[in-house]
Amino acid sequence: MSKPVLATTSLAGCFGCHMSILDIDERILQLIELVEFNKSPVDDIKTFTKPVDIGIIEGGCCNSENVEVLRSFRKNCKILISLGECAIMGGLPAMRNGIPVEECLHEAYIGGPTVQLNKSHILPNDDELPMLLDKVYPCHEIVKIDYFLPGCPPSADLIWNALVALLTGDPMKLPYEVVKFD
Amino acid sequence: MSNLIKFKIDGNECMAEAGTYIVEAAHQNGIYIPTLCNMPGVKPKGSCRICTVKINGRLMTSCTTPVTDGMEIESNSNDINELRKSIIELLFVSGNHFCPACEKSGNCELQALGYLYQMMVPRFPYDFPKREVDASSPFIIKDQDRCIMCKRCIKSIKDKEGRSYFAFHNRGNHLEVVLDKELAANMTKETAELAMKNCPVGSIIVKEKGFVVPIGQRKFDKKPIGSDVTV
Repeated sequence: MSKPVLATTSLAGCFGCHMSILDIDERILQLIELVEFNKSPVDDIKTFTKPVDIGIIEGGCCNSENVEVLRSFRKNCKILISLGECAIMGGLPAMRNGIPVEECLHEAYIGGPTVQLNKSHILPNDDELPMLLDKVYPCHEIVKIDYFLPGCPPSADLIWNALVALLTGDPMKLPYEVVKFD
Repeated sequence: MSNLIKFKIDGNECMAEAGTYIVEAAHQNGIYIPTLCNMPGVKPKGSCRICTVKINGRLMTSCTTPVTDGMEIESNSNDINELRKSIIELLFVSGNHFCPACEKSGNCELQALGYLYQMMVPRFPYDFPKREVDASSPFIIKDQDRCIMCKRCIKSIKDKEGRSYFAFHNRGNHLEVVLDKELAANMTKETAELAMKNCPVGSIIVKEKGFVVPIGQRKFDKKPIGSDVTV
């Protein structure tokens, strides 16, 4: 029997959740035995090459590229997991949600105290750049998400317990200490 | 002690003095009923509804309902807990609660109740309301993003003459708890600390101090809220 296939991505996140996946330490050897990785920063496969069983999403959607990647994950994965606060509720990037995009861009590229090199006051406008969305969206407001693992980052044990539960079909172990929002 | 009466919570025989509010009576008997807007020493008002219990088929707030003889109270049932969880979820989506960026994280009662009811994600859409942060007072930051309008600060933080440092401002959807700027100018550091402590969330933060106790070692990091009550 072929192994279950796993894919991961980081949208508007900081890669901290992926670091937390690596925090499962030596259990990663077990994980490699149990699953096969497809599109993921872990193995640097850029596009889906086969149907995926479990897709893990880090980060919310702050631009058009995030939305496109998230939709392709929904299309190619049987199960999608929102991993971490940013995927679940936008997280720290969503702190811009009360501020108009124009104001954010102005602060970042023109008016901010650390802006020194942008003498001609150019806002990034190349066609190749993804468009910023009006606000940062939680993943489940864009596509259907099946499971949610909170935390900033979610603890390695929480991620491990969730994967084990999904792979074995057993109920997930949820001791008090592993579910945290910070 | 002739006023002692008998009542039941989830089938457990309990005893308390007649007239005691259910929340308090339950705690005296080692049974935890969650509260947010209620705190010891402040007159209860039953606004957050998190302490809701079922008595005679009716939902009542246990912080404002006194126990009576023979009362049968349903508290820790699936129905009631689901109701409480939905209140917590509504509070999370109606404000801007960025736990990873909050100094109160780990000591926050709202967050702790999220843990208690294993809220993995709120079932309601996030509102992301536009709110302001008032950092004009010398000792306190009042972050409206996190305020749940529980009134605990209004009722418990007062000056020597009994005037409240905090007050309600505006109405309806625009309602907010604001800090009286004139009074706040003369607020002592001790009062500021007490205000932060009495705030169930991270809406009142003491300035120039942070992470004295690291994340992971805070009040609700290891033990669920209410574990000091349950026997």
